[in-house]
Amino acid sequence: MRVQTFGKGVALAALLAATAATVPAFAQDSLYIANNSYRTGPFAGSGIPIGDGMRDYMTMLNERDGGIGGVKINFEECETGYDTKKSIECYEQGKAKGMILYSPWSTGATLAAIPRAHVDKIPILSMAYGLSASADGNTFPWVFIPPVTYWDGASVMVKYMASREGGLDKLKGKTLGLIHLDAPFGKEPIPVLESLAKKYGFTVKLYPVGAADMQNQSAVWLNIRRDRVDYLYNQGWGAMNPTAVKEAVRNNFPMDKLVGVWWAGGDDDARAGGPQAKGYRSLNLQMAGTDFPVIKDIQKYVVEKGKSLSPKDKVGENLYNRGVLNSVLIAEAIANAQKISGKKIPTTEDVRKGMETINLTEARLKALGLEGFTIPMKVSCSDHSGHTKVYVAEWDGAKWIKSSDWLEPIRDEVRPLIEESAKDYAEKNAWPKRTEACASSS
Amino acid sequence: MLYREAGQYKTSYAADMAIFPLRQDRIGLAAILAIAFVAIPMTGNQFFLSSVMIPFLVFSLAAVGLNILTGYTGLLSLGTGAFMGVGAYACYKLATAFPDVNILVWILCSGFFAAAIGVIFGLPSLRIKGFYLAVATLAAQFFLQWSFVRIPWLYNYNASGAIEVPTRTLFGLPLTGATASPETRYFALLVIVVALTWIASNLVHGRVGRMWMAVRDMDIAAELMGIRLLHTKLLAFAVSSFFCGVAGACMMFLWYGGGEANDLFNINLSFNILFMVIIGGLGSLIGSFMGAAFISILPTALKFGLPAIGIPIAGATAEHVNLLLVGGLIIFFLIVEPHGLARLWQILKQKLRVWPFPY
Repeated sequence: MRVQTFGKGVALAALLAATAATVPAFAQDSLYIANNSYRTGPFAGSGIPIGDGMRDYMTMLNERDGGIGGVKINFEECETGYDTKKSIECYEQGKAKGMILYSPWSTGATLAAIPRAHVDKIPILSMAYGLSASADGNTFPWVFIPPVTYWDGASVMVKYMASREGGLDKLKGKTLGLIHLDAPFGKEPIPVLESLAKKYGFTVKLYPVGAADMQNQSAVWLNIRRDRVDYLYNQGWGAMNPTAVKEAVRNNFPMDKLVGVWWAGGDDDARAGGPQAKGYRSLNLQMAGTDFPVIKDIQKYVVEKGKSLSPKDKVGENLYNRGVLNSVLIAEAIANAQKISGKKIPTTEDVRKGMETINLTEARLKALGLEGFTIPMKVSCSDHSGHTKVYVAEWDGAKWIKSSDWLEPIRDEVRPLIEESAKDYAEKNAWPKRTEACASSS
Repeated sequence: MLYREAGQYKTSYAADMAIFPLRQDRIGLAAILAIAFVAIPMTGNQFFLSSVMIPFLVFSLAAVGLNILTGYTGLLSLGTGAFMGVGAYACYKLATAFPDVNILVWILCSGFFAAAIGVIFGLPSLRIKGFYLAVATLAAQFFLQWSFVRIPWLYNYNASGAIEVPTRTLFGLPLTGATASPETRYFALLVIVVALTWIASNLVHGRVGRMWMAVRDMDIAAELMGIRLLHTKLLAFAVSSFFCGVAGACMMFLWYGGGEANDLFNINLSFNILFMVIIGGLGSLIGSFMGAAFISILPTALKFGLPAIGIPIAGATAEHVNLLLVGGLIIFFLIVEPHGLARLWQILKQKLRVWPFPY
């Protein structure tokens, strides 16, 4: 009897030991990426398509190529509900599990993670969101913000307005409204818009929308109507966007003069306005639709096999494709890191180098099945953004289509601001000097 | 059998008035403190310290603060989150304006700023009670939160509107900022929480606490007995806001380490702390800790603990399961014991005294 119990005990101990032993072994033979998601809460409307796009591209790489460089990707979502408190938990969890890259997916989470990541030496990819100043790689070696910053976006908005009016000199006397979420994310474009307004002689009017009033904007729109703004730039996210489009329709605001930042370009955002929302514009980083080899592969390897969380007809929507683009950048950085270091599982330092050497040329895009999906983008040691061109997309009532050329941000205006604010950040925080060497691009 | 007072004689008035008259209680408290000060830092990993224990302690402190106001004095407040925010912003301004002073001093001082603001918003409590007072404190919540966004001076004109916590040291070890280890932050926070809880315990068991409770039970009767309502109620607001302010400063400096702050101290935070107080037990200090543990630790434990023991839930499912379970448990506990976890604990102790031969 006693021997039997002892035998059982040994077996149990062996099992436990085996489990304990297999966990780290598993972590070591896959590429562990921690990604915050928000499929719950008031920002879920934007968070779900993005999360699906990111997840599906990674699943597709695992199914089609067996991961990156033959190593499986362990892509883990951590639900935050867009809550900074939870994102800190997620970061700590990711750190404990040995993530090689952190994808925070909210400006608040990015801001909270930046100081930690520089101590823990974990690269952060905040694709076209987060701290604009982090585009300065000399100050922020561990943060990446390709392909553009919010400040670039604001400058493109001004350029677009000029192109509609027939030149930058025609902007004099015009009024540009900014309807924005009353939070750091929403206030980002203000310094650039104000400096450009001074330069070109137009007026900027601000229409803040509190996070609690996202779905109740009627008072704000009364002001917009009263002020007779010529163009309206929408820096909104989550439930704020569909409401803004609906209100624009209700107030007979000319839809072709309402332009959203790239995060305000969700299909559901525009759809909320009904047929009259036709003509709503949004800045965009990549194409919507499914006519690209990479999306076809996702459909073939992931969606058709029932491995996607996304409804079939939502694959290829604008924000879904945005998620795919984010995953492409992550995968590219890891592939670069493997090439530079020669290791199957690169370290965080290798991934950081891989990020700094991202160079998606026309040929590389084609090889990845992304021809026509987006334009070439490049990150360098000092420029962690690239200030890539963006275009203006138009909602045709059923889908997003391209309605302008790729417009270059006003780099001369944006770059000094970025460097100045990076310097300011470094001074205020006693920020350490960059010691990481620049990686030579392979 | 183990837990009974047989053989313990009280031979002095001091012994009779002791907060923990039973030797077993005193041993228990010593054991808890020993675990908190020695065992947890020795055995807990960084994730446990920074994502479980530090949030728990911060919320406990805030819940103790709100309990003084709502549980002991009977004044319902929905402005807790905003008062915490006052503490956080005050600490930030003080720490950046006078960088040479030790950060712990500023964390404690920030409580006084919160207390001052709390007194101002506590003035209506003299005229209005109950739900109406809750609405008045709601105004504090919205006004203060509006100020956090709209007064750029409060966040030193930061472009992102974020608080950037500078690195400050204590005895040569970094205490705040990104380089501070979770162990250091945990110790500092634990000392603050233990010290302030001790003060709170002395307050509520003394003359001041009797005054608060008299006002809670019937303010006209209290007034007739010679208790000045204005002073008593405002004192409750001041002390409560002091605790909340310190909790807010700790939240920003010892837990978050900086970031987007204006939306952090929102109405949800106020409600969460109110729930902690209600679930833990109104008018009970230990209840504040139990409530904080329930509302703050349980979701984290479910989210990260279940996958760790092999139950594969992740991402949004974990969040949904969390909401279901925590919501269900709240209803369960409130039905089983409307007076909160502290009352359950008391019943348990009572049963334990006569165990194993109940009469």
